[in-house]
Amino acid sequence: MTALDIPIVAKPDDLVLSAVKQSGLGDQMKRGLDAPICLTWELTYACNLQCVHCLSSSGRRDPHELSTAEAEAVIDELERMQVFYINIGGGEPTIRPDFWHLVEYAVDHGVGVKFSTNGSQIDAAVAQKLAGMDYVDVQISIDGADAATNDHVRGRGSFDTAVAAMGHLRDAGFGEFKISVVMTRHNISQVDEFKAMADHYGAQLRLTRFRPSGRGADSWAELHPTDSQQKDLYHWLLAHPDVLTGDSFFHLSALGAPLPGLNLCGAGRVVCLIDPLGDVYACPFVLHDEFRAGTVRDPGGFQAVWQTSELFAELREPQSAGACASCGHYDACQGGCMAAKFFTGIPLDGPDPECVLGHGETLVEAADAATRPDVGTDHSRTKVTLGSKPR
Amino acid sequence: MLSFDADQPYRLHDRVALRPEPFGALAYHYDNRRLNFLRAPELVALVESLGSHDSVRHAYDASGIDARRWPSFEKALASLAASDFLVAT
Repeated sequence: MTALDIPIVAKPDDLVLSAVKQSGLGDQMKRGLDAPICLTWELTYACNLQCVHCLSSSGRRDPHELSTAEAEAVIDELERMQVFYINIGGGEPTIRPDFWHLVEYAVDHGVGVKFSTNGSQIDAAVAQKLAGMDYVDVQISIDGADAATNDHVRGRGSFDTAVAAMGHLRDAGFGEFKISVVMTRHNISQVDEFKAMADHYGAQLRLTRFRPSGRGADSWAELHPTDSQQKDLYHWLLAHPDVLTGDSFFHLSALGAPLPGLNLCGAGRVVCLIDPLGDVYACPFVLHDEFRAGTVRDPGGFQAVWQTSELFAELREPQSAGACASCGHYDACQGGCMAAKFFTGIPLDGPDPECVLGHGETLVEAADAATRPDVGTDHSRTKVTLGSKPR
Repeated sequence: MLSFDADQPYRLHDRVALRPEPFGALAYHYDNRRLNFLRAPELVALVESLGSHDSVRHAYDASGIDARRWPSFEKALASLAASDFLVAT
C-alpha cells in the first residue's frame, strides 16, 4: 500500500487518529509539525473556583497576564501559522473582561475556538449567543455525577452551576457541546452516569486523565485511580470509542489492544500550551520552568518558540526507553505521561507512576519529597485541600 | 451517503482549510471540526485541482500521477468525500 491509503479523520482537540500508529504517521508526528495541531491557551489564572486538582494552581489573576493587544497579536500569528483551532482555558477564561472580544477576534481571523469553563457565566442569554456563533465550541467541566462527588473536588455549588449551564446550552439549541471529566478514584465508577448525563444534554463526553500537576500534586495520592479502576476504565473506553479522551490514557494501552488515538506523548510535537503570561510550555500539564520553551513576548513570537526552541527540538528527537527498554509493552504505552512522571519524582525515561504492570508504584514510593520538583507558580487564593469547600 | 464517482466533478468544501506540512498537508473542516491528513504532496495538488476539472478522471489525467497509483488516490479521495471534505459539484 502507498503511504496515503488512509486519510485519517480526527477531532484535533482529541487527537482521535486511530490509524496513525500503524501507518507511520506517528513517526512524522514525533518529529513535530510546522505548527501545533492542538494548542491550549490559558487566558487567565483568575478563577472563581479553586479545584483541588487544578493543573495550573489557579485562583488569582497574575498582574503580568497578556494585555488585549498582546493577545490579539498572538491570534494574528496563529492565523498566519494556520493553527485552525485553539483550546482556551484558565483559570476560568470567561471572567477575563475581554474574553468575548478575544473569542470573536479569533473566529474572525479563521482560528476556531473551544473554551473550557465551569459554566458560571453561561446563563440563558450567553447560551443563546453561543448557539449563534460559528466556529465556537464549549466544554463544561464537571468531576462528579452528583453534587457530593463533584463539590468535594471543585467546591460547594459547582455541580449545580455546571448542570445549569448544560441546561442552558441544550435549551438554546447549541448542539453538541462537550462535558469534560477528570477521572479520579472517587468518580471513575460513575462513567456510565456521566455518559447518560452527556446523552441527556445532547453533549459529547470527554474523559481525561488526572495528573499530579499544579495543585493535583497535593491530592494525587488520594485521588488517582487504583489499578483495578484503571483496568475497568480501559475496557470501558474500548467499548465506548465515541467518548473523547484527548488521547490521555495511552499508558493503559499496555493492557491489550491500543486505545483509539495517537498513543504517544504529543508534548512539544503536536501539542503545547501558552499560559496567561505568554509563556510557552510543552503541554498543559507541565507548567514548570523545566518545560518552558520560551515566551510569545520574545521578538520571534510564538512561531519562533514552536519552531526553534531547544526544548521542543529535544522532545522531537527519538526518546530513550530507559528503564522500560526491556519491557515488552513499551511500544504500546511509550513509557506513559511525561508530566505524571516528572511531578511524582520519577525520571523521564522511567515508567509511568500508574504503569499498568506496576513498575511505577515502587518508584513513586521511593521518591521522597526532596526528589519531587516544586509544583511551579501557585496562584491559589487560599490554601486548598480536598473537601475544604473552596469558594 | 452517495458513493464516490470518479466520473463526476468534485471540489474541496468551502469550509475546509489546507495547511502545508512536510508529509503533505493537514486539512481542517470548520463545520464538523474534523482533521484529515493528506499524506502525499501529489494528493494535496490533486485535491486543490479538483475544482477546475469536470471530472475526477480528468484531474488524474492532468496531474501527471502514474495511472497505476490512481486506485490508492481514489481511495483517499473517496474517504475525503465520505467525511464531507470534498463535495460533488
